Amino acid sequence: MTTASSGRRVVIGVGNEYRRDDGFGPLVVAALADRRTREPGLAAVELRTSDGEPARLLDLWAGADLAVVVDAVRDGGDAPGRRYELVLDELDGLGGDASASSHGIGLGSTVALARVLDRLPRRLVVLAVSGHEFGFGVELTPQVAAMVQPVARRAAELLDLRDP
Amino acid sequence: MTHRSDRTLDVRALARVEGEGAMHIRVRDGAVDDVRLEIYEPPRFFEAFLRGRRYTEPPDITARICGICPVAYQMSACAAIEDACGVQVGGSIAALRRLLYCGEWIESHTLHIYLLHAPDFLGYPSALDMAKDRRDLVERGLALKKAGNDILELLGGRAIHPVNVRVGGFYRVPLPRELIPLRDTLRAALRQALDTVQWVAGFDFPDFHHDHELLALTTPGRYAIESGTVATTGGRGFPPQQFEDHVIEEHVPHSTALHAHLAGRGAYLTGPAARYTLNRRWLSPLATQAATAAGMGADCRNPYRSVVVRAVETVYAVEEALRLIDEYEPPVRPYLDVPGRAAVGYGATEAPRGILFHRYGLDADGLVTSARIVPPTSQNQAAIEDDLRRFVAARLDLDDERLTRECEQAIRNYDPCISCATHFLDLTVDRE
Repeated sequence: MTTASSGRRVVIGVGNEYRRDDGFGPLVVAALADRRTREPGLAAVELRTSDGEPARLLDLWAGADLAVVVDAVRDGGDAPGRRYELVLDELDGLGGDASASSHGIGLGSTVALARVLDRLPRRLVVLAVSGHEFGFGVELTPQVAAMVQPVARRAAELLDLRDP
Repeated sequence: MTHRSDRTLDVRALARVEGEGAMHIRVRDGAVDDVRLEIYEPPRFFEAFLRGRRYTEPPDITARICGICPVAYQMSACAAIEDACGVQVGGSIAALRRLLYCGEWIESHTLHIYLLHAPDFLGYPSALDMAKDRRDLVERGLALKKAGNDILELLGGRAIHPVNVRVGGFYRVPLPRELIPLRDTLRAALRQALDTVQWVAGFDFPDFHHDHELLALTTPGRYAIESGTVATTGGRGFPPQQFEDHVIEEHVPHSTALHAHLAGRGAYLTGPAARYTLNRRWLSPLATQAATAAGMGADCRNPYRSVVVRAVETVYAVEEALRLIDEYEPPVRPYLDVPGRAAVGYGATEAPRGILFHRYGLDADGLVTSARIVPPTSQNQAAIEDDLRRFVAARLDLDDERLTRECEQAIRNYDPCISCATHFLDLTVDRE
């Protein structure tokens, strides 16, 4: 793990905006970009989107002080919009990698790979919301769409920014 | 070990294939009765989604179909729309497009070789397990892949779904000095790419061959990437405008994807092995030398050896990127004007996985009236199923677990971009 403080903070929205609820992560990043127009403190935060491809994720978060990854997940339940907040040590167990994102290696394995390669950020937090529909389309399930702003607010809190 | 004469084998969540899908194998009376690769094809969704959009939008929208090959979608879309509008893009803009495409080839091929395919050959369940033992190899792969990523970031504006591409060219083109840092990266990448060829050439390749017709773009004088005429090993040659006269797509009951075949012939394969077989003579001397040293002959008909072709093509893409950077002179304007008009246009480029065909119909207001997208994976689907039928038939004595694992590996030979496609890839072997 990176130990030196870089001061770098990055938010990574994982997903595909044309796969219904999988577009949640990019939409949260878009919401943060909108907040940035009102909150100068966000100017120093990198806002990125990713399809979850592992090598790119490693590049995006390696060396960061804080990486906040926002993603939609399938939790096997029937409560779309349920929120999850996971920190680094909780992510290693996510080896099952059942994700709607179009990538071959899931977030859990990517975290494990980053650990082996010393490419983890100093602090990694995943803000996830359970999705329901991952077919083709741009409309989110209402319960998932309702979580975009709350999760953006939580990301801003994690980034140690004042919540207006 | 299972020795039943009838059985069904299910393999869930076929890992390390981009995206998701399903495979079903049915065995009856000790013989393979049915092999079906199920793919839920997103281009159909995008074709409908594009209708009514401005003619300038397809490059950006279709880039979202696949996170691994967005440039391919952008380039085929631009080619088709420019064809409809009667504009031919050449010179420095075309060279920059080729450079951008080289970046995607480097990224995509390296991802597949190091994180998806090599673990199969070396007996690791995953890239993670390989990294625990051979961190040096994975580090080399990531460094090589990053060289492609750097090209995409610089030219495309960002690595995923590049935003700098537009119909007619680019929104902004780089100054020559902006490309200079890439040269050092690419020189290091060339060494890594050559080492990669040498490394994968030492893998143990199962003995398996097919005789499918192979189809690729060709461009005399250079290895076709962003443009060319379609050629086949059966001697056919036709421009992208005639693609649909020669490639027939039809629905099959088990898949939402269409199955493609060559009119009057049958299943065929597109992709690295087809490109290599049809265009080997246009590889650079260094790439040719690397291929020869790796034991590659005039053609590639063993799907397992496709990993070597990807490595050779990566050498070529790195070299070609260096050449394009060395010869780069900025265009006077970053894009050509492309006025919309009522017409139909056709475009085909070589995505990392094979030919990607686009057709758009436009009306006089510049709106898209029809769209047709034929990705490489759906073109290859029938041939993959045919190969898997023979592959499974020769391995029926294996227990379900091992047969499943070997089928997964066999499918990965074709690098199916089911992400262009689908949710989970589940494998089912029915032995009843």
